[in-house]
Amino acid sequence: MKKLINDPADVVKEALQGVALAHADRVRVMTDPNVVVRADAPVAGKVGLVSGGGSGHEPMHGGFVGMGMLDAACPGEVFTSPTPDQMLAATKAVDGGAGVVHVVKNYTGDILNFEMAADLGREEGIEVESVVIDDDVAVQDSLYTAGRRGVGTTVLAEKICGAAAEQRRSLADVADLCRKVNANGRSMGMALTSCTVPAAGKPTFELGEMEMEIGIGIHGEPGRERKVVAPVHDIVEMLATPIVDDLPFTAGDRVLAFVNGMGGTPLIELYIVYYELHRFLSGRGIEISRNLIGPYITSLEMQGCSITLLKLDDDLTALWDAPVNTPGLRWGA
Amino acid sequence: MSFSHDQVYGWIRAFAAAIAENKDYLTELDSAIGDADHGINMNRGMQAVLAKLEGGGQADVGALLKTVGMTLVSTVGGASGPLYGTLFLQMGSSAAGKPHLSEEDWTDAVAAGVSGVQRRGKAELGDKTMIDALVPAVEALRSSLADGSTAGEALNRSAEAAREGMIATIPLVARKGRASYLGERSADHQDPGATSSWLLLRTAADTLAAKDS
Repeated sequence: MKKLINDPADVVKEALQGVALAHADRVRVMTDPNVVVRADAPVAGKVGLVSGGGSGHEPMHGGFVGMGMLDAACPGEVFTSPTPDQMLAATKAVDGGAGVVHVVKNYTGDILNFEMAADLGREEGIEVESVVIDDDVAVQDSLYTAGRRGVGTTVLAEKICGAAAEQRRSLADVADLCRKVNANGRSMGMALTSCTVPAAGKPTFELGEMEMEIGIGIHGEPGRERKVVAPVHDIVEMLATPIVDDLPFTAGDRVLAFVNGMGGTPLIELYIVYYELHRFLSGRGIEISRNLIGPYITSLEMQGCSITLLKLDDDLTALWDAPVNTPGLRWGA
Repeated sequence: MSFSHDQVYGWIRAFAAAIAENKDYLTELDSAIGDADHGINMNRGMQAVLAKLEGGGQADVGALLKTVGMTLVSTVGGASGPLYGTLFLQMGSSAAGKPHLSEEDWTDAVAAGVSGVQRRGKAELGDKTMIDALVPAVEALRSSLADGSTAGEALNRSAEAAREGMIATIPLVARKGRASYLGERSADHQDPGATSSWLLLRTAADTLAAKDS
């Protein structure tokens, strides 16, 4: 294992110290338990937006704390859900009297820990609404599985709901909006290489030199199938077809197209993915009216990408365009 | 025959040692069908438990078990944190105020812990989870109590039932937790949570039953 780390046990702690030093203007970092919180939290009268999850997906979630997006993020160990005490501390730190929304990605650990945290928050008299993001079409959704994983749509939901909270929309409205984003967003990813959890020291899974995993999760969970690597033209078709068919996205739809890097893929390749995606969607009469391209929900050093499409309406578009000022996303501010 | 505070503490230490010893094995099992962190997370949690208990201050068995549960909830993360945390918290509630546990108290405490895990995780028998090791262990404790077995026999039977339940997860297709994303590909792998649950019952038999014979 070659990594720019000191000790596997200190990865999260030391990275958070770096974040605190780099972005003191926008966030402060609480330790014991670990929470990244907006520098000016709590904002009186504003719904607080809290998310969290395992570390290793940076900039998500800590990099999305700031004006117009999250009020706090709870970083767990690498690829491991944070704990209820972190989520409770975050909830208390951002409660400006209007209640708090927990944005939870659909993984068993995240669900269980956030459930315990929401119970604890309510016991302390804070109104908490939880919204689960489950947008990964690679995973079968049935009564017999834990359901679809939460992936790329999470980033979009955090941005859009953060903007709505800035407009002082109510707790119920922000939570409903988050559910609407989830209902209209679909994603699928792929990997060219595995990734290595620092504490594990070896790759999470093995992938041959000429193999790729289609439908990969953001923790290196296997996806739909393993195939021989193909030109990006074909890969985009393998990812975009199930996404478009699932919602479905149809001719005349306006979408936000999010091409995400898994951490180890250069931007030049992501732009080729975008080029192919644009061509694919144009062929179906689907208009890309907004886009986001770059590594935003990563899987350590994994090479690969994911595609997320979100069907837009005027409200979602205006909220997407609203100012945001976080270490990971910034415009209009 | 009953188990004292010190004996239960001894069981917790033995469980922590078994987790440390099997850390890489549990993580390896998890890398096949999960996210390769079960051994790492459980070991971090149980080491925190040992550090916490060293300070003392747990007057009775219930308080001891609750401290274990609270520490696991705040240090393990993942699904295992709330699930093992709930197991010990519910055991602690069941044993609240008791300076020692009779065989019946032990059975009640384990049963309370396991139903807490079922409520929190909503898993059924056969979903390829820790429940597959824990539920048979509770049944073994109950039937041992009913047929008048010694506490030692009861503990050994529950450990054996957990082991069989753990082995029985191998052919199963997972329906809960991260392994469920694999569908059919989750078959032919032993469930890591069932494996750590077997260690829990096995160390109970090793430490508590030894004192009984």
